[in-house]
Amino acid sequence: MSGALFEIGLRHFLCVSLFVFVLGLYCVLTRKNAIGILMGVELILNSANINYLAFSHFSSGRYDGQVFALFVIMLAAAEAVIGLAIVLGIYQNFATIDVEATDNLQG
Amino acid sequence: MPMKAIIFYLLALLTVGSAAVVAFSRNIVYSAFSLLGTFMGVAGLYVLLAADFVAVIQVLIYVGGILVLIIFAVMLTHRIDDVAVSNRSVGRIPAAVIVVSVGVLMGTAIVSARWAQTANVRVAPTTAGIGDAFLGPYILPFELASVVLLVALIGAIVVSRKEIR
Repeated sequence: MSGALFEIGLRHFLCVSLFVFVLGLYCVLTRKNAIGILMGVELILNSANINYLAFSHFSSGRYDGQVFALFVIMLAAAEAVIGLAIVLGIYQNFATIDVEATDNLQG
Repeated sequence: MPMKAIIFYLLALLTVGSAAVVAFSRNIVYSAFSLLGTFMGVAGLYVLLAADFVAVIQVLIYVGGILVLIIFAVMLTHRIDDVAVSNRSVGRIPAAVIVVSVGVLMGTAIVSARWAQTANVRVAPTTAGIGDAFLGPYILPFELASVVLLVALIGAIVVSRKEIR
Protein backbone atom coordinates (compact mmCIF):
# COMPACT_ATOMS: atom_id res chain seq x y z
CA MET A 1 0.00 0.00 0.00
CA SER A 2 2.84 2.38 0.81
CA GLY A 3 4.30 1.68 -2.62
CA ALA A 4 1.02 2.73 -4.24
CA LEU A 5 1.00 5.90 -2.17
CA PHE A 6 4.56 6.99 -2.84
CA GLU A 7 4.94 5.86 -6.46
CA ILE A 8 3.33 8.85 -8.16
CA GLY A 9 1.40 7.61 -11.17
CA LEU A 10 -1.50 8.45 -13.43
CA ARG A 11 -4.17 7.86 -10.78
CA HIS A 12 -2.66 10.38 -8.36
CA PHE A 13 -2.93 13.15 -10.92
CA LEU A 14 -6.43 12.04 -11.90
CA CYS A 15 -7.48 12.23 -8.23
CA VAL A 16 -6.15 15.79 -7.86
CA SER A 17 -7.97 16.70 -11.06
CA LEU A 18 -11.15 15.09 -9.72
CA PHE A 19 -11.01 17.18 -6.53
CA VAL A 20 -10.46 20.39 -8.48
CA PHE A 21 -13.32 19.51 -10.85
CA VAL A 22 -15.71 18.72 -8.02
CA LEU A 23 -14.91 21.97 -6.22
CA GLY A 24 -15.35 23.91 -9.46
CA LEU A 25 -18.69 22.24 -10.11
CA TYR A 26 -19.84 23.10 -6.58
CA CYS A 27 -18.71 26.70 -7.16
CA VAL A 28 -20.65 26.94 -10.43
CA LEU A 29 -23.78 25.40 -8.90
CA THR A 30 -23.96 27.48 -5.74
CA ARG A 31 -22.63 30.94 -6.54
CA LYS A 32 -25.02 33.78 -7.22
CA ASN A 33 -22.20 36.12 -8.10
CA ALA A 34 -21.40 35.99 -11.84
CA ILE A 35 -17.65 36.41 -11.24
CA GLY A 36 -17.78 33.53 -8.74
CA ILE A 37 -19.35 31.35 -11.42
CA LEU A 38 -16.56 32.29 -13.84
CA MET A 39 -14.01 31.28 -11.19
CA GLY A 40 -15.68 27.88 -10.97
CA VAL A 41 -15.44 27.52 -14.73
CA GLU A 42 -11.72 28.30 -14.54
CA LEU A 43 -11.30 25.56 -11.92
CA ILE A 44 -13.07 23.04 -14.16
CA LEU A 45 -10.91 23.97 -17.16
CA ASN A 46 -7.76 23.60 -15.05
CA SER A 47 -8.82 20.13 -13.94
CA ALA A 48 -9.42 19.14 -17.56
CA ASN A 49 -5.92 20.38 -18.40
CA ILE A 50 -4.39 18.28 -15.62
CA ASN A 51 -6.10 15.27 -17.17
CA TYR A 52 -4.82 16.09 -20.66
CA LEU A 53 -1.25 16.41 -19.47
CA ALA A 54 -1.41 13.35 -17.21
CA PHE A 55 -2.64 11.15 -20.05
CA SER A 56 -0.11 12.73 -22.41
CA HIS A 57 2.69 11.91 -19.97
CA PHE A 58 1.68 8.48 -18.72
CA SER A 59 -0.54 6.98 -21.42
CA SER A 60 0.42 8.20 -24.87
CA GLY A 61 3.92 9.63 -24.53
CA ARG A 62 3.22 12.04 -27.38
CA TYR A 63 2.58 15.76 -27.61
CA ASP A 64 -1.10 15.75 -28.61
CA GLY A 65 -2.31 16.17 -25.01
CA GLN A 66 -0.06 19.17 -24.48
CA VAL A 67 -1.29 20.77 -27.71
CA PHE A 68 -4.89 20.31 -26.57
CA ALA A 69 -4.03 21.77 -23.16
CA LEU A 70 -2.66 24.85 -24.90
CA PHE A 71 -5.86 25.19 -26.92
CA VAL A 72 -7.87 24.92 -23.69
CA ILE A 73 -5.77 27.67 -22.10
CA MET A 74 -6.33 29.85 -25.17
CA LEU A 75 -10.08 29.31 -25.07
CA ALA A 76 -10.13 29.95 -21.30
CA ALA A 77 -8.46 33.31 -21.90
CA ALA A 78 -11.01 34.23 -24.57
CA GLU A 79 -13.86 33.03 -22.33
CA ALA A 80 -12.61 35.08 -19.38
CA VAL A 81 -12.30 38.22 -21.50
CA ILE A 82 -15.78 37.92 -23.00
CA GLY A 83 -17.36 36.74 -19.75
CA LEU A 84 -15.96 39.57 -17.68
CA ALA A 85 -16.88 42.13 -20.35
CA ILE A 86 -20.46 40.84 -20.22
CA VAL A 87 -20.39 40.92 -16.40
CA LEU A 88 -19.25 44.55 -16.44
CA GLY A 89 -21.99 45.33 -18.98
CA ILE A 90 -24.57 43.71 -16.68
CA TYR A 91 -23.20 45.73 -13.79
CA GLN A 92 -23.59 48.97 -15.75
CA ASN A 93 -27.22 48.14 -16.57
CA PHE A 94 -28.43 46.47 -13.37
CA ALA A 95 -25.99 47.82 -10.72
CA THR A 96 -25.54 44.23 -9.53
CA ILE A 97 -23.91 41.06 -10.80
CA ASP A 98 -26.28 38.72 -9.00
CA VAL A 99 -27.30 36.25 -11.70
CA GLU A 100 -30.80 35.85 -10.22
CA ALA A 101 -31.51 39.59 -10.47
CA THR A 102 -31.00 39.66 -14.23
CA ASP A 103 -34.23 37.96 -15.29
CA ASN A 104 -35.55 40.44 -17.85
CA LEU A 105 -35.90 37.75 -20.50
CA GLN A 106 -38.01 35.53 -18.25
CA GLY A 107 -41.49 35.11 -19.73
CA MET B 1 9.42 8.81 1.13
CA PRO B 2 10.90 9.89 -2.18
CA MET B 3 11.36 13.55 -3.01
CA LYS B 4 8.97 13.46 -5.96
CA ALA B 5 6.14 12.16 -3.78
CA ILE B 6 6.73 14.89 -1.19
CA ILE B 7 6.65 17.59 -3.87
CA PHE B 8 3.56 16.05 -5.47
CA TYR B 9 1.62 15.96 -2.22
CA LEU B 10 2.61 19.53 -1.34
CA LEU B 11 1.47 20.75 -4.76
CA ALA B 12 -1.73 18.72 -4.57
CA LEU B 13 -2.45 20.17 -1.13
CA LEU B 14 -1.84 23.70 -2.42
CA THR B 15 -4.04 23.15 -5.46
CA VAL B 16 -6.96 21.45 -3.74
CA GLY B 17 -6.80 23.68 -0.65
CA SER B 18 -6.87 26.86 -2.69
CA ALA B 19 -9.66 25.46 -4.85
CA ALA B 20 -11.63 24.74 -1.68
CA VAL B 21 -11.18 28.35 -0.56
CA VAL B 22 -12.37 29.48 -4.02
CA ALA B 23 -15.47 27.33 -3.72
CA PHE B 24 -16.36 27.91 -0.06
CA SER B 25 -15.16 31.39 0.89
CA ARG B 26 -17.79 33.92 1.87
CA ASN B 27 -15.70 36.80 0.56
CA ILE B 28 -15.15 37.02 -3.18
CA VAL B 29 -11.84 38.82 -2.73
CA TYR B 30 -10.47 35.79 -0.84
CA SER B 31 -11.82 33.57 -3.61
CA ALA B 32 -10.09 35.64 -6.28
CA PHE B 33 -6.75 35.66 -4.49
CA SER B 34 -6.77 31.97 -3.63
CA LEU B 35 -7.29 31.28 -7.31
CA LEU B 36 -3.61 32.29 -7.48
CA GLY B 37 -2.67 29.29 -5.31
CA THR B 38 -4.68 26.95 -7.51
CA PHE B 39 -3.10 28.21 -10.72
CA MET B 40 0.44 28.06 -9.32
CA GLY B 41 -0.14 24.59 -7.88
CA VAL B 42 -1.48 23.38 -11.21
CA ALA B 43 1.59 24.86 -12.93
CA GLY B 44 3.77 22.91 -10.51
CA LEU B 45 1.86 19.73 -11.33
CA TYR B 46 2.52 20.41 -15.03
CA VAL B 47 6.23 20.57 -14.25
CA LEU B 48 5.97 17.21 -12.46
CA LEU B 49 4.29 15.88 -15.62
CA ALA B 50 7.34 17.00 -17.67
CA ALA B 51 5.30 19.66 -19.49
CA ASP B 52 7.65 22.61 -19.09
CA PHE B 53 6.23 24.74 -21.90
CA VAL B 54 2.62 24.36 -20.77
CA ALA B 55 3.64 25.19 -17.19
CA VAL B 56 5.23 28.47 -18.30
CA ILE B 57 2.20 29.28 -20.44
CA GLN B 58 -0.04 28.52 -17.45
CA VAL B 59 1.85 31.02 -15.30
CA LEU B 60 1.92 33.65 -18.05
CA ILE B 61 -1.71 33.44 -19.18
CA TYR B 62 -3.60 32.29 -16.09
CA VAL B 63 -1.67 34.15 -13.39
CA GLY B 64 -0.56 37.09 -15.50
CA GLY B 65 -3.71 37.51 -17.55
CA ILE B 66 -6.89 35.82 -16.39
CA LEU B 67 -6.30 36.27 -12.67
CA VAL B 68 -5.50 39.97 -13.04
CA LEU B 69 -8.63 40.34 -15.18
CA ILE B 70 -10.77 38.60 -12.54
CA ILE B 71 -9.37 40.73 -9.73
CA PHE B 72 -10.01 43.86 -11.81
CA ALA B 73 -13.61 42.78 -12.38
CA VAL B 74 -14.05 42.04 -8.66
CA MET B 75 -12.72 45.46 -7.74
CA LEU B 76 -14.84 47.24 -10.37
CA THR B 77 -18.09 45.77 -9.12
CA HIS B 78 -19.45 47.20 -5.95
CA ARG B 79 -19.98 46.25 -2.33
CA ILE B 80 -17.15 43.77 -2.28
CA ASP B 81 -16.41 44.53 1.35
CA ASP B 82 -19.90 43.51 2.40
CA VAL B 83 -19.51 39.84 3.25
CA ALA B 84 -23.21 39.08 3.29
CA VAL B 85 -23.74 40.44 -0.22
CA SER B 86 -20.44 39.75 -1.90
CA ASN B 87 -20.43 36.05 -2.54
CA ARG B 88 -23.65 34.42 -1.48
CA SER B 89 -24.19 30.75 -2.11
CA VAL B 90 -27.60 29.22 -2.71
CA GLY B 91 -28.86 25.66 -2.88
CA ARG B 92 -25.92 24.24 -0.97
CA ILE B 93 -27.53 20.90 -0.13
CA PRO B 94 -28.76 19.88 -3.62
CA ALA B 95 -25.46 21.06 -5.06
CA ALA B 96 -23.56 19.02 -2.47
CA VAL B 97 -25.62 15.92 -3.32
CA ILE B 98 -24.94 16.33 -7.06
CA VAL B 99 -21.26 17.06 -6.52
CA VAL B 100 -20.68 14.16 -4.14
CA SER B 101 -22.43 11.69 -6.43
CA VAL B 102 -20.48 12.88 -9.48
CA GLY B 103 -17.28 12.72 -7.45
CA VAL B 104 -17.95 9.19 -6.18
CA LEU B 105 -18.82 8.01 -9.70
CA MET B 106 -15.68 9.48 -11.25
CA GLY B 107 -13.51 8.36 -8.34
CA THR B 108 -14.72 4.80 -8.77
CA ALA B 109 -13.93 5.02 -12.47
CA ILE B 110 -10.43 6.36 -11.75
CA VAL B 111 -9.64 3.58 -9.28
CA SER B 112 -11.19 0.67 -11.17
CA ALA B 113 -10.36 1.42 -14.80
CA ARG B 114 -7.31 -0.14 -16.40
CA TRP B 115 -5.63 2.91 -17.90
CA ALA B 116 -3.31 2.57 -20.85
CA GLN B 117 0.33 2.87 -19.83
CA THR B 118 3.06 3.86 -22.21
CA ALA B 119 6.33 2.00 -22.07
CA ASN B 120 8.57 5.05 -22.28
CA VAL B 121 7.63 7.87 -19.92
CA ARG B 122 9.74 10.70 -21.30
CA VAL B 123 11.15 13.55 -19.27
CA ALA B 124 12.59 15.86 -21.91
CA PRO B 125 12.14 19.42 -23.19
CA THR B 126 8.85 19.65 -25.04
CA THR B 127 8.89 23.03 -26.75
CA ALA B 128 10.30 21.87 -30.09
CA GLY B 129 7.87 18.96 -30.28
CA ILE B 130 4.89 21.20 -29.49
CA GLY B 131 6.00 23.67 -32.16
CA ASP B 132 6.25 20.87 -34.72
CA ALA B 133 2.78 19.65 -33.72
CA PHE B 134 1.30 23.15 -34.03
CA LEU B 135 2.72 23.75 -37.50
CA GLY B 136 2.22 20.16 -38.66
CA PRO B 137 -0.97 18.19 -37.90
CA TYR B 138 -2.61 20.99 -35.88
CA ILE B 139 -2.09 23.84 -38.34
CA LEU B 140 -5.81 24.41 -38.97
CA PRO B 141 -6.88 24.65 -35.29
CA PHE B 142 -3.82 26.82 -34.70
CA GLU B 143 -4.91 29.32 -37.35
CA LEU B 144 -8.52 29.16 -36.14
CA ALA B 145 -7.27 29.97 -32.64
CA SER B 146 -5.85 33.25 -33.87
CA VAL B 147 -9.21 34.12 -35.44
CA VAL B 148 -11.00 33.22 -32.19
CA LEU B 149 -8.67 35.45 -30.20
CA LEU B 150 -9.24 38.34 -32.62
CA VAL B 151 -13.01 37.89 -32.35
CA ALA B 152 -12.78 37.79 -28.55
CA LEU B 153 -10.70 40.98 -28.56
CA ILE B 154 -13.13 42.90 -30.77
CA GLY B 155 -16.15 41.43 -28.99
CA ALA B 156 -14.89 42.47 -25.57
CA ILE B 157 -14.32 46.02 -26.79
CA VAL B 158 -17.77 46.19 -28.38
CA VAL B 159 -19.53 44.76 -25.32
CA SER B 160 -17.80 46.84 -22.67
CA ARG B 161 -17.46 50.30 -24.24
CA LYS B 162 -19.85 53.11 -23.60
CA GLU B 163 -22.18 53.91 -26.45
CA ILE B 164 -21.37 57.17 -28.17
CA ARG B 165 -24.19 58.82 -30.00
